[in-house]
Amino acid sequence: MRILLDKFSKSFGSTKVIEDMELEVGSGEMLALLGPSGCGKSTTLFAVCGIHRPTSGRILFGDRDVTNLPSQERNVGVVFQSYALYPHMTVEENIGFPLMVKRVAAADIKKQVADIAALVHIADLLGRRPAQLSGGQQQRVALARALIRRPDVLLLDEPLANLDAKLRLEMRSEIRRLQKETGITAILVTHDQVEAMSMCDRIAIMKSGEIVQIATPSQMYNDPRTSFVASFLGNPPISFLKGRAEQGAFVLGENGLRLPLSALSGIPDGTSVSLGVRPEHFGTTGGIPIDGKVVFAETQGRENLYDVVLPDGSVLRSIQPVRDDVKMGDSVRWNLDSASAFVFAEDGRRL
Amino acid sequence: MAEKPQTSANFSSVPVILLLSLFSLPLLVMYAYLFIDTISDTEVGSLIPSEFTLRHWSFLWETKTGKPNIWLVTLNTFIFASCITGVILTVASMAGYVLSRLNVPARGFFLAGVMVLHAFPSVTLIIAIFIVLQWIGLYNSLIGVILVKAAIDLPLGIWLMKGFYDTVPWEIEMAGTVDGASRFTVWRRLVLPQIKPAMMALGLFSFLTGWSEFILPQVLAPGAKVQVLSVYLASLIIDDNNFDFGTFKAVGVFYVVPVLILYVFFQKHLMNIYGGGTKG
Repeated sequence: MRILLDKFSKSFGSTKVIEDMELEVGSGEMLALLGPSGCGKSTTLFAVCGIHRPTSGRILFGDRDVTNLPSQERNVGVVFQSYALYPHMTVEENIGFPLMVKRVAAADIKKQVADIAALVHIADLLGRRPAQLSGGQQQRVALARALIRRPDVLLLDEPLANLDAKLRLEMRSEIRRLQKETGITAILVTHDQVEAMSMCDRIAIMKSGEIVQIATPSQMYNDPRTSFVASFLGNPPISFLKGRAEQGAFVLGENGLRLPLSALSGIPDGTSVSLGVRPEHFGTTGGIPIDGKVVFAETQGRENLYDVVLPDGSVLRSIQPVRDDVKMGDSVRWNLDSASAFVFAEDGRRL
Repeated sequence: MAEKPQTSANFSSVPVILLLSLFSLPLLVMYAYLFIDTISDTEVGSLIPSEFTLRHWSFLWETKTGKPNIWLVTLNTFIFASCITGVILTVASMAGYVLSRLNVPARGFFLAGVMVLHAFPSVTLIIAIFIVLQWIGLYNSLIGVILVKAAIDLPLGIWLMKGFYDTVPWEIEMAGTVDGASRFTVWRRLVLPQIKPAMMALGLFSFLTGWSEFILPQVLAPGAKVQVLSVYLASLIIDDNNFDFGTFKAVGVFYVVPVLILYVFFQKHLMNIYGGGTKG
């Protein structure tokens, strides 16, 4: 079911958290709300599930206006960061609780719980209590409980934050599989760009209560609208060089590096700009040679990560296939792929 | 290494135990004599009992002149303590939740009010309460004194319950409402079970204070039909005409036995009132 937030605003007392937000999530789509903590992404989520009432604006599920409906009547499924399982109930009672509240017949509940438990692969754990489950299993129970009512929308509030790294990888694909199999509309709140990029159809990146950009993960990675978006996506992160525009070229330092860039034509000379270079665009291939000194080297198994200090003191990151010939302290002359670099104005706007 | 004793102390515990025993010896002797005196007769001036007798326990099977039947009194005390427990548990579990979680008008005022009432010495109210009870016709009735005692003990109960509710994570309630449960169902089915240890503790606590309450029943319900054990016990010692120390002690032991039994079985729960918190 399509979810629409129309001119949605929320303030707590006199603190405005979100103002006039427009967001549409297509039917069957999985959308990530990505942003640093305190940007209002959880507030948005809680407004969708009815725990917070919007200060103004409308929330629509399909064509139904649910703005003033309490959570109980909204038919949403939520997976909380802490899972919020009911500790005194067994797994079966936990999953069946939403149906029990609706006064579904006990035999029906049992059957539906068995079905959904099989879907999330916890059929053999139904008799246990939450305290007897591992983090991943608790997560599956929380998912099953959220899905059993066949909700119009599934909301996931940092669902993977409490899992260890390996389990996180597993649950990432697991959640995506469930979402695809059930065809449910889902909103994922996260501050982890890897989760957002790997699990979702589209990402809405938020900063201080505003959506900065909505796009598919690859669009957003390759075509960020601001330096904030560019710095938020990508691991290892993008590095920035601060310089100025001069005759259609980016100039670093006094008589340092000159990079002719098409994006800079028409920008007055002397304008301060910054250049964003992703680590994969600085290395052994590329157009413009740059001298520097390796100050940090880290191997990640398949790839090596280097920090290179340029003569003027700014740092570029480089990620390359594993090689043994470069050590910390070595002087290197590596190439920058100027076509893939982003130019940002001083206020963060992409040029 | 295996035969090493499992002590964590880095000092010898013998002197400490010796000192403690020495200091608590008088208490121990008193407890011992409380029991010994009820089943024996002792010559005046002597410490050694001279003969065994069950005379002092005769109050159990024969009603003394001018005194109510002991079993009626015991039943009254049970009713008194149980009703107080019931009222306190019902009201405190709901009021605590409201003060902890719901956005009610004048919440701060009520919180402060509960605190002040808790600190208020209830004895100063006793004359006013006496007049009120007489006026509405509940003087010398169990209902009247139950209501008064429960009301006086409620602030502490509410405050304790509020503290326990504060430790229940909000997410559980959010999950409950999102799952479609009404606020009452959330409280009844999801939140209340989380604070079951606290309910246990508060219940016991209320029962014990009800069991040992003296001044309120003495003033508000002294009649023979509604007498409770503490009042009965006091009437024994006031009675100058047939003063019987042995019987007084025997009633005392009889009075304290239920308390001891409760302590033995439920001390774990009682300790909870000072701990708290929910663990899955």
